[in-house]
Order: sequence, then C-alpha cells, then structure tokens
Amino acid sequence: MNVTLIDYGAGNVTSVERALRRLGVESLRSNSTQSIANAESIILPGVGHYSALIRALDQQNLRAPLVDALHRGVPFLGICLGLQALYRSSEEAPELHGLNLLPGRVSQLPASVKLPHMGWNQLRLARPSRLLEGISADAFFYFAHSFAATEPNGEAVASCDYGANFAAVIEQRNIFAVQFHPEKSGEAGARLLHNFLRLVA
Amino acid sequence: MSLAHRIIPCLDTDGERVVKGVNFVGLRDAGDPVALAARYNSEGADELVVLDIAASRDRRPTFLETIRRVAAELAIPLTAGGGIRSLEDGRAVVRAGADKVTVNTAAVERPELISELSGEFGAQAVVLAIDAKRDGDHWDVRVRGGRDSANRDAIEWAKLGVAFGAGEILLTSVDRDGTQIGFDTPLTAAISRAVSVPVIASGGAKLPEHFAEIFSEGAADAALAASIFHDNMQSIRELKQFLAARHIGVRLPC
Repeated sequence: MNVTLIDYGAGNVTSVERALRRLGVESLRSNSTQSIANAESIILPGVGHYSALIRALDQQNLRAPLVDALHRGVPFLGICLGLQALYRSSEEAPELHGLNLLPGRVSQLPASVKLPHMGWNQLRLARPSRLLEGISADAFFYFAHSFAATEPNGEAVASCDYGANFAAVIEQRNIFAVQFHPEKSGEAGARLLHNFLRLVA
Repeated sequence: MSLAHRIIPCLDTDGERVVKGVNFVGLRDAGDPVALAARYNSEGADELVVLDIAASRDRRPTFLETIRRVAAELAIPLTAGGGIRSLEDGRAVVRAGADKVTVNTAAVERPELISELSGEFGAQAVVLAIDAKRDGDHWDVRVRGGRDSANRDAIEWAKLGVAFGAGEILLTSVDRDGTQIGFDTPLTAAISRAVSVPVIASGGAKLPEHFAEIFSEGAADAALAASIFHDNMQSIRELKQFLAARHIGVRLPC
C-alpha cells in the first residue's frame, strides 16, 4: 500500500509518520507534484497557521494535483489544518482560498472558552462512521486548535462541543478528515489511522 | 462531553538523565527519560513535558537526541524546552519531535521570541513557562531556574505573554516546587482567571486531593508533577480514577 504524506514544510509530519510506522506502514513523505499525482492514498497533516498550509500548497504547486487526486477518488485523510483546508476559506486568513472541496467556512471558536481548544475531548456521533469503527463512543481524542468548521453541511459524521459545535470527523466519499490529532491520541487515534489504512488497502 | 483535565508528568533532565531536586537545587538522578516516557504513555498520561534544566543554567544547547528518543515512544503530545533562546532553538526542538516548545528566561528578556515561535508554529505550539514566587502582596517572576527575580508581576507577565502569542501557560510555584504540600491554588487561580489560554499548574503535588483542589478551586486546565510519578508514589491511573469519582472530568485510560 502506498501512503503519500504531504510534507509541505511545517506541522506534525514526523509524528504522523511515526504513528503510521507503529501500525507497520511506511509512508512516503513528499512535496512533489509527481508523487501526489501518482498517490494511491494521501494524508495531509497540518498544525499551526492556516496561511502557512495554503501558501505552501500554492508555492509548491501542490494544489492542482491534490484537488485532481481527490476528484479522482484517491482516499484522503486530512488532519487538523488538513481538515480546515478542505473548506472554501478560513476566518484565520480570509484573503486566502481553501481547496473548496466542501462548502462553508472555517471560523474562530468563541471567546467564551479558553483558546486554543487544547487537550482531550469526546465526540458526538451523527451517523455511523468508517473511521471510528471499533472505537468506543466515549473515547477521547487530542485537539489543539482555535479555528474549526462550525457550520458543517452534512459532511461531519461526528462533531465536538467546545464553545460551539464543530465538525470533528468528516467522511464524504473518498474524503476523510479529523480536526483532532489521531497521531497524538493514544490507542483511539491509532485505531482511527488503522481504519483509514484498511479503507485504503 | 467536555474537555478533560490533563495530567502531565514532567521529566526534568540534565540533557540525558532525569534529575530531581527541591526548590530547584540539590539535583539527583531519577532515571532514564525514554523508559519513563514509555511508562507514562501506557499508563494514561495525557501529555509529557521534557525540560532540560541544565541548558537553562549553563546556556548549553538543548538535548535534541533525548527529545528524539522520547518522541519515538509517545502516542501523546510532547512538550519540550529548557534553554530555548531563539527561533532556531525552537525549530530544532520541533524537528526533533516536540509538539510544543516552552520558553522561560529568554522570553522574559526578549518577549518577541514568543511571537517569532508562535508565528512559525502557531500559538498552540508555544508554552510560556512562568516560575512565580510570592513577594508580599503579589507574585514575582523568577528566571534562570528560579534563582533570580525578573522584577515583574507574574499576572501581568502572563497577560503580556499571551498577547505576544503564547497558547498556554506552564505555571510553576517556586515556593511549592518539590515541597509536596500541594499546588499553589491562589497563584494558579489568579493566573488562570487573568488569561484566555489554558494554564498548567506545577509545583508541590503529592496527594490526589492536591490535584482535585487545583482543578476545582485553582481553575487549572492541566496539572504537572514529576517525582511522585517517577517514584511510583502515585499512579496516573489511580489518580484519574480518584478525580473521576469526584466528578472532575478526566480521560480514563482503557
């Protein structure tokens, strides 16, 4: 199985690589147009500022091959910013265009709660999920973000409540994404990554 | 469903070995960081902090190899720091596998360091470590491993640090550190209520009741301890069960 891990120069790529290795899968770290075009599955990790990810995708000419691959049905897992990038835009950098594969916008969580939303939280399941198969409904996942998709349009199979309700797990055809960090979420996170790899295989 | 209060073991190292001391002095060897990290990862720790307390003293570069070896053991977040003086120091720590970087003395001397790190890695990756000591009617910020006064009010510094881009405060009570008489609840509550970011309480923990108090009355989002976990005086699993029984939200290990 070929898993291409998009290494755009920031974020949690090494952690994701290590988590996949613990599951017996060697991923291919890449930021080349060619390897994304040929990928059998793609993971887009990301943490930090939205603009760093979007600018890197554009500067490294990765946007077009990535969007093409997703339209072609290549299985995709977005992590944290990798989820947020799927939407049209983000309030964190309103001047930039997201990948626009999902309608709607990413917004800042309300100031009524401490931000970043940092730590372990639980999910609210909306419908059966392939990524969450075999994972206890009260499992905790590790979040570290201040922005989120607070107005999902049916793409979210699970949401989380922190100041607002937001998309925590997205599944739409070949597009999967999680707002939390499965690579840092202990056994539950490992199981989720395992589920994604099984869908890919 | 709510955000769990985090229990965070801390490995104070001399770069290679875990060390411990009381009130920042009288250090002695307390074990292998990689073995301890693996143990805490499986026992249900929510996060791990690894500090190079020697680097802060001698201004040595940080202990990247230790971070790499520790990170390889973890499926939970790793925070690392000690002696981070520049964006380049922070980059090296993140490249070695840390999810978050702590800054302390260097940030007091040059707060722009916080915004530089935050600009590159995001606020969620920048932890401002504050060592605070009671001084009359306020808390004074201490630097260089707690030895010197920075002549700064801890609450004001915490607020300023957040304005510069810190995404979390790691608050250590110099008065309580190593004493095992409980966290500094008034200090933690004062800082936690003054800032909009999560606060990790540190210094003085021994009993499960200390953790219950710092989460309820101290308004801490996370609590950190070192030797009580290293010495097996307190198991993380039993501590979390104790807290859950008192209706304090925690992530119970499987």
